[in-house]
Amino acid sequence: MRPQLPIERHTMAVLVDNEAGVLARVIGLFSGRGYNIESLTVAEVNHAEGLSRITVVTRGTPPVIEQIKAQLERLIPVHKVSDLTVEGPAVERELALVKVAALGDPRVESLRLADAFRARVLDTTTDSFTFEITGSSEKIDAFVELMKPLGLVDVSRTGVVAIKRGAGGM
Amino acid sequence: MPPEAQGNMMSGAEMIIRALKEQGVDTIFGYPGGAVLPIYDALFKQNHIRHILVRQEGGAVHAAEGYARSTGKPGVVLVTSGPGATNAVTGLVDALMDSIPIVCITGQVPTHLIGSDAFQEADTVGITRPATKHNYLVKNVADVGRVMHEAFYVATNGRPGPVVIDMPKDIQVETGVYTGSPKTKHRSYQPQLKGDLGAIRQAVELIASARRPVFYTGGGVINSGPNASQLLREFVRMTGFPITTTLMGLGSYPASDPQWLGMLGMHGTYEANLAMHDCDVMINIGARFDDRITGRLNAFSPDSKKIHVDIDRSSINKNVHADVAIVGDAGHVLEDMIKVWKAGVHRPDKQAIADWWKQIDQWRGKDCLKYEPSKDVIMPQYALQRLHALTKHLKPYFTTEVGQHQMWAAQFIGFEEPNHWMTSGGLGTMGYGLPAAVGVQIAHPNALVIDVAGEASTMMNIQEFSTAVQHDAPIKVFILNNEYMGMVRQWQQISYEGRYSHSYSDSLPDFVKLAEAMHGVGLRCTKPDEVDGVIEEMMAIRKPVIVDCQVAKLENCFPMVPSGAAHNEILLNARDAGLERADDLALV
Repeated sequence: MRPQLPIERHTMAVLVDNEAGVLARVIGLFSGRGYNIESLTVAEVNHAEGLSRITVVTRGTPPVIEQIKAQLERLIPVHKVSDLTVEGPAVERELALVKVAALGDPRVESLRLADAFRARVLDTTTDSFTFEITGSSEKIDAFVELMKPLGLVDVSRTGVVAIKRGAGGM
Repeated sequence: MPPEAQGNMMSGAEMIIRALKEQGVDTIFGYPGGAVLPIYDALFKQNHIRHILVRQEGGAVHAAEGYARSTGKPGVVLVTSGPGATNAVTGLVDALMDSIPIVCITGQVPTHLIGSDAFQEADTVGITRPATKHNYLVKNVADVGRVMHEAFYVATNGRPGPVVIDMPKDIQVETGVYTGSPKTKHRSYQPQLKGDLGAIRQAVELIASARRPVFYTGGGVINSGPNASQLLREFVRMTGFPITTTLMGLGSYPASDPQWLGMLGMHGTYEANLAMHDCDVMINIGARFDDRITGRLNAFSPDSKKIHVDIDRSSINKNVHADVAIVGDAGHVLEDMIKVWKAGVHRPDKQAIADWWKQIDQWRGKDCLKYEPSKDVIMPQYALQRLHALTKHLKPYFTTEVGQHQMWAAQFIGFEEPNHWMTSGGLGTMGYGLPAAVGVQIAHPNALVIDVAGEASTMMNIQEFSTAVQHDAPIKVFILNNEYMGMVRQWQQISYEGRYSHSYSDSLPDFVKLAEAMHGVGLRCTKPDEVDGVIEEMMAIRKPVIVDCQVAKLENCFPMVPSGAAHNEILLNARDAGLERADDLALV
C-alpha cells in the first residue's frame, strides 16, 4: 500500500461568468465528486464584464487538490482558477456578526473582549450586543468560543475571502 | 428599427431552425410534445433539415450519438419538456462519458410558469447539469441565436460532449432580432489544442530511450478526426513499437497490422495486458486510465514511465500519475511528436525492441481468444468471426449493446478505420446499439450497419426498430441470443458461486415474429452450419432485419481481468477461473 498522503487545506479563487446556475455548477462538482467544502463565498466583482469571484476553502490530499483545480477549470463558465495556497502568499479574511445577550458582569466582559479582538459594536440594546469582527477564521473561532459562556445567541459568518499579496492579480 | 435588422426579425423557433441551418445540420432526432410545438411548426415549414421521429426520447439521443460518431459531426436532438427531457438523460450521460458532441434542445414550460410545478415541468437544467458538458436555460428571445451557436461551439471544441439548451415555450413564440453566427465562440472556454513543445520533446526522448515500450491509445484519437488516426499509424510504424487500443479507440489503428496487440483491459488480450504490465515506457494518447483498463491501480504497470496526452487537463493524474503530461489534442500532439522525432536522431535500441517483440510473440502464442468450437451449438465467437469475414469487404459500421456480445465483438471484429465502431464504453448503456445503429444508418444510407446485440439489451430499446422501419434505415440487429444477461450471469458464476439471481431472460419474444410484426424481416439460425447462410441473407435484404442467432447459453467471455485484479492476474479460460467448461455445468 502507498503511504498515507497528508490532508492539506487549500484556498482557491475562482473567477466565473456571473450567470444563472454557475454556483450550482461549482457546488455540484464538489458534491458529485466527493470533495470537501470548508467555506465558500461568492459575489460579483466586475459588473461591467459580469464576473463573479468564488473563494472556496477545501481539504484533500495533494492529488485530490490538483483534481479539484483541474475539474474547476473545465467548467465552461470558469475563466480562471488560482490555488492561493500554492501560488501565494495570500491574505485571507473572514467577517462575522456575533450576538451576545447578557447583563451585568458578562455584558461588560463581552465588551472588554470585543475590544481586545478589535471587534466593533454594530448594534446594541440594554441587554445585547452585536459585534462585527474581521480576521482569520481562527481568530473568529477564538472570539466565538470566548463569547459562549457570556451569552452567545447567534453567529453569522461570511466564509473566507482571499487575495494574493503583492501587485499581481488573483 | 435599422433596415438590416428587419430581415432578422423572427420567432424564437425560427431562430433555432436558422441557427441549425447555419451550423450545417441536415438531420435531427426528436419527439414532439406540448412545449416544443412552436419548433415543430417551424420545422414543418422548411425543407432543409430532416427530422427523424424516434419512439422514445432516449432513443433520440443514442441515435444522435451514432450519427455523431460515424460522421464526426455533432448530433442534434429535439425533445419536449418534463418526461421528454428526463428520458433523454441516460443518453446525455452516455455522451458525456464517451465524449460525443451532442446538442439537445429541450422544450420548457413558459417562463412565467417555471417553478410552479406546471404540467410537464421539470428542472431540466438542474437535472442535466451533471449530465452534460454544459447547459443553458434561455430566458430572452434575443439570446436564442447566440446560445444555439455557442452550444455547438462548446459541444464540439475541446473534449466533446453533450450540451442542453432548455427553451421555454414563450421564448419560442416571441419575436426578436436574430444574432449570432457559426463563428460564435465562448468567451471563457478556449481549450488548448497544441501541446507544450517542451513536454513533447521530453516525451519523444523518453520514447526513443524505451526498451519495452507500448502505445496505449483511446477514443481521443478518433475524436480528433481521421487525420489523427493517420498520424498515429505513421508514428507507430516509425517507431516499430507495439500498440494496444481501448474499447473506444478501436479502428484508430488497423486491427490487421502486426504491431497491433488487440484491445486491452478487463476483456483485452493477454499480450496487450501483459505488455502494459511489463512495459518500461507507456505512451498514452487520448485514453483516460479507466478502471476497466487499469485493473487494480497499485499493481498497474509498476515499472513504467508514463506519457499521457489528453485534451482534458483533469484526465491527467486523475487515476494514474503521468511522468510526462501533455495537454492537447491528439492530432496536434502527434503531428508535433512526429516532427520532433524526425528532426533529431531517434533510434530506439534495436536489440532491446527485438527482445521485447520476442517476449510479446511468446504471449501471443497463448492464442488467448481461442475457444472450444462446436458442431452442434453456435459459439458466439464463431458467429462474430463469420459476421466479420462475410461483411468486411463492405466496410460495415458496427454498433453494440452492452455485455458479453459487446466484448466478443470488440475481440473478434477487426476494425481497420476510425468511426466505424460505436459502443457505449464509459456508461455501459444497454439499449444503446439499436438506436445508435439507426443514427448511423441515417447518416450513411447505403452502408451496411450492424448492431451486434444481446437479447436482453435488444429488449431495452426495441421500440426504435419501428423508427428504422419508418425512415427506411435498413439496420441489421444481430442478436447473439443466449437467453441470459450473459455478463451478469458470468460474474454470478465466477464471483457468486453460480447463484444466477434474476439474470435469465425469461419470457422472451419470438424475435423473428417480432421483426415481422414491426414490418421488418426476422431471420433465425440455431446450428453452426446455418450461420453463413443467414448472414448472407441478412446482407441481401434492404430492410431492417433482426437475426435471432441462438448461441451457446453458458459460454463465458475470456480473457478476463477480474475486477480489482492486476493485469498479470488475467484469466484465460474457464479453468483459470476455477470453473469447468461452462457448458458442462448444463444448468438449463
